[in-house]
Amino acid sequence: MVDVVKEHMLSILKKGKRSDARGFEDFREIKIEYNISKSAEGSAKVSIGDTEVIAGVKLELTEPFPDTPDEGGIMINVELRPMSSPDFELGPPSHEAIELSRVVDRAIREGHALDFKKLCLKKGESCWMVIIDIYPVNDAGNLFDAAGLAAMAALQETKFPKIEENNVVNYKESSGKKLPLKAMPLCCTVVKIGDYFIVDPDNEEEKEVDAKLVVGILEDGNLCSMQKTGEMGLDANELEKMVDLAIKKTKELRKVLSK
Amino acid sequence: MSKLLVEERQMVVPGQVLAEGMDYLPGDLVLRDKDVLVSQVVGVVGVNGRLIRITPLVGTYVPKAGDIVIGKVVAVGFSGWRIDIGWAFEANLGLKDASSDFIDKGSDLTKYFAVGDYLLTQIVNVASTKIIDVGMKGPGLRKLSPGRIFNVGAMKVPRIIGKQGSMISLIKEYTGCKVSVGQNGTVWLSGDNVENELLAISAIELIEKESYTSGLTERVKTFLEKNKNG
Repeated sequence: MVDVVKEHMLSILKKGKRSDARGFEDFREIKIEYNISKSAEGSAKVSIGDTEVIAGVKLELTEPFPDTPDEGGIMINVELRPMSSPDFELGPPSHEAIELSRVVDRAIREGHALDFKKLCLKKGESCWMVIIDIYPVNDAGNLFDAAGLAAMAALQETKFPKIEENNVVNYKESSGKKLPLKAMPLCCTVVKIGDYFIVDPDNEEEKEVDAKLVVGILEDGNLCSMQKTGEMGLDANELEKMVDLAIKKTKELRKVLSK
Repeated sequence: MSKLLVEERQMVVPGQVLAEGMDYLPGDLVLRDKDVLVSQVVGVVGVNGRLIRITPLVGTYVPKAGDIVIGKVVAVGFSGWRIDIGWAFEANLGLKDASSDFIDKGSDLTKYFAVGDYLLTQIVNVASTKIIDVGMKGPGLRKLSPGRIFNVGAMKVPRIIGKQGSMISLIKEYTGCKVSVGQNGTVWLSGDNVENELLAISAIELIEKESYTSGLTERVKTFLEKNKNG
């Protein structure tokens, strides 16, 4: 079988360009808007080209898990609403939604972005649960990078609400204290189409991907998570190239985040 | 006394009263409700004497015999192919209509068309909503070579093609791209370089966005002139 769309895409890639005239290592324009929600403790909207993702952080005072009595926790939930793409449907979370939330979760958890010990108020009795909700508003490709960036941007802005008597949380008032962030892990996606490695794939490119690697990267360039999808395998050499490219591009993402 | 409440080429919404009295007659997509005529869709009014009709601006594609459409092969059977033409039911491409070659019984049909191929094909017969036959016999009907495939609103297709193909030839002339537009809103496009392809796509997007306005050919021409590459 000859896939006419893919063959055409490969012929363009062969000339050193992409179907939207970008270079292989070019991101679309990235914008971050902070504090877009009044009811969330921290929120952000990230757009990469036409892709738009919003993330909100809520903090809940709860009992610690029995196996980690002196630690708080995080919970990440992604919902792919039909309004954001004709491919998404209503109903229970799809495989894509679960994958997206778990990849973002893994980067944040394994990158030790949050100091879980500092989220504990009283050992075995009360701790903060950090709940991150991620909603794509429009899916024009590369939801992973956008979701990872949105989650970190929202966490960066998160402030604890006030605790009143008897451990009642007053969400209307902020205590002014920021969430204790230890690291800033970010996701960067590199895809392989034919023999070419490209970053920030758009909708059309995502449909023709042979292999896709989402890498979670810390400030110092260390890796904290990795997820490989797509039908084709990757050899060690290719993997190394893709990771190097991801490390290089994450520096750019980080610049946007720190602005 | 009958009264016309809308003007020629005015945009209307569903339920909008177009005329009062019994002198006016309902044409395409217009409904008579007691003594008034109401619009059934979002569209542009056309008044022809006493007849009021509406050209729809949005809507899905409904197959009609004779339409040239772009479809994707979704299955290969013993005696034909199943083609997705963007309708609720797949169309059938029988051996008889597919090729003028003699095809032996039990031969490998994927040699002709395989799953995933895009075909420029013509609807031969619409027996019912579920039974649609397409054929490959006709001028220009073929298996499409590598190119971009994208969709536009099926109701905008006449505007994209233009009067006697004026609009589409304009795009072809300025961008040097090969373009095929199916009545079902699927577009196949292939050019020498990315810039020209993107210019052709943005011209088609412009037509889609402003399809209800007049003097569009001139504006598209200016747009292509302004953004011409090289």
